[in-house]
Amino acid sequence: MYGNAYIENNGQENKLTANEDPQKLAAFEARIAAGDKIEPHDWMPAEYRKQLIRMIEQHAHSEIIGSLPEGTWITRAPGFRRKLALMAKVQDEVGHAQLLYSAAETLGKSREDMINDLINGKSKYSNVFNYPAVTWADSAVIAWLIDAGAIVNQLANSKGSYGPYVRALDRICAEESFHLKYGHDNVVFLATGTPKQREMVQDALNRWWEPIMHFFGPSDKMSVHTEVLMRWKVKMGTNDEMRQTFLDMYVPKIWDLGLTLPDTELKKNEETGKWEYTEPNWDVFKQVINGNGPCNKERLAVRRMAEEKGRWVRRALLQKDAQYVAPLS
Amino acid sequence: MEFTEKHVMGLKDLLYRMADDLLILGHRNSEWTGLGPILEEDIAFSSMAQDKIGQSLALYEILHEIGESEPDTVAFTRNAEQFHSCHLVELPIGEYDFSLVRHFYFDHQSALRMDMLAETVVEPLQMVARKFRGEVKYHTMHADSWLKTLANGTEEAKIRMQQAINETFPYALGMFELSDYEADLIEAGIFPGEAALQEAWYRVISEKLNAFGYSVPEINNSIPSTGGRKGHHTEHLQPLLDEMTEVFSIDPSADW
Repeated sequence: MYGNAYIENNGQENKLTANEDPQKLAAFEARIAAGDKIEPHDWMPAEYRKQLIRMIEQHAHSEIIGSLPEGTWITRAPGFRRKLALMAKVQDEVGHAQLLYSAAETLGKSREDMINDLINGKSKYSNVFNYPAVTWADSAVIAWLIDAGAIVNQLANSKGSYGPYVRALDRICAEESFHLKYGHDNVVFLATGTPKQREMVQDALNRWWEPIMHFFGPSDKMSVHTEVLMRWKVKMGTNDEMRQTFLDMYVPKIWDLGLTLPDTELKKNEETGKWEYTEPNWDVFKQVINGNGPCNKERLAVRRMAEEKGRWVRRALLQKDAQYVAPLS
Repeated sequence: MEFTEKHVMGLKDLLYRMADDLLILGHRNSEWTGLGPILEEDIAFSSMAQDKIGQSLALYEILHEIGESEPDTVAFTRNAEQFHSCHLVELPIGEYDFSLVRHFYFDHQSALRMDMLAETVVEPLQMVARKFRGEVKYHTMHADSWLKTLANGTEEAKIRMQQAINETFPYALGMFELSDYEADLIEAGIFPGEAALQEAWYRVISEKLNAFGYSVPEINNSIPSTGGRKGHHTEHLQPLLDEMTEVFSIDPSADW
């Protein structure tokens, strides 16, 4: 599960490529324009490598951190069917992290360095996982709508230019589509169940609406210039485009279940074909990204504890004469 | 042969011990999700947890066919005293050394039990035992390869593992707590009995531990942690069940 990447603004576009050999750069851009995939041993601009590492790494971190709020419901899932399905789902998410760390490693940063940057707070993960999953219904809403948002984003990114990332995303999207079915089925059972179940799912939806709107990143009006990254097919759509796609696909499905959304302005403008909505509070978004969300500290503390508890195991696995080898793409 | 009432009670007792062990250990193993020492181990423990819970479900289904309540009701509404699981599976996941050693002890037991039950006269049990054998084979391979790797890793790892092997052993012996129906099960060809299973198990784990370079705990000096099969549990089971049934008990008649 993953939202749009938080691309760092490095200033003017010409600065991003200032030190690159113009001929190599032109050939690289021509390949991308022709739909070629860039492979690990191909020439690439330093900025392309840097942004991809950042993006894939954030995605991988989001998968392992994302397994925490959902993982706490594995032990409480009601009945065999849900328990088995949720275990398999969260296991998939951890598997995605493994795939993605491997994809990022092909660009030259080791998994250990990435995980260290995660627990030191140097690199980010999707903001949405800094919110608590308060009830079982929250886990259902996450599995349906956060995974749906992730699919919107990842399907777009799977048309990107970096071969190892694209291949990992193809596999991830196939698995996420099962998660979405699981989440949808779960929400349907709650929405059509007892009054208590219905109340639980409506409350969860109310709680999660703003984080879901935040999920796709700040409005295009406020986000940084990403033209070169779009041209390089690192970023495949603007935040608002992704958000519109999501709203178009899922708001009608939510309303069909007789559930409501906590935004009275939310409607589709039939003339423009665009959804209109109240801008979510972006100050809250920034606060949460900067470490002040309800669960940032807890999530990182759990991850840090797992790293520390497992250190003796990893140390025992290291062979004295072993050398670091980047995985094959 | 025609089953007497004692044979049926013995069979139910056997099925409950197995199903409850698998459910509780599967639940414990799933607690490693997101917290393993390396991602690959999160994934491995989750796979094994899914197999175990799937196996417990199949056994509760057999119980349902012979008159017990539905699997969800049996698993999600009983109290600790009504569970027949052994103490070994109830203990919290602790450190990775303990979880690995529990996995090693339990799965060798499980593999041998399935081998025995692959020949039982109870046809549905024979069928599932033959199926589970294929799954458990990978669990024992996983445990063996980790015990071997850590014996050859750092000194710290070897010491930790040996300590876990020694400290967990009395709990492991509790897996073989005798049933009141031991003789009936043997007589009817349902199951060769816990004593025979323990003997086979001790032979296998001794051979493995020796081969990996660990010392083998003395069976005669150990007091087995028993009582679980009769509903006397450690303080860890009831909180586990409270957590497991938290959502289900909001409304047990609802469809979740």
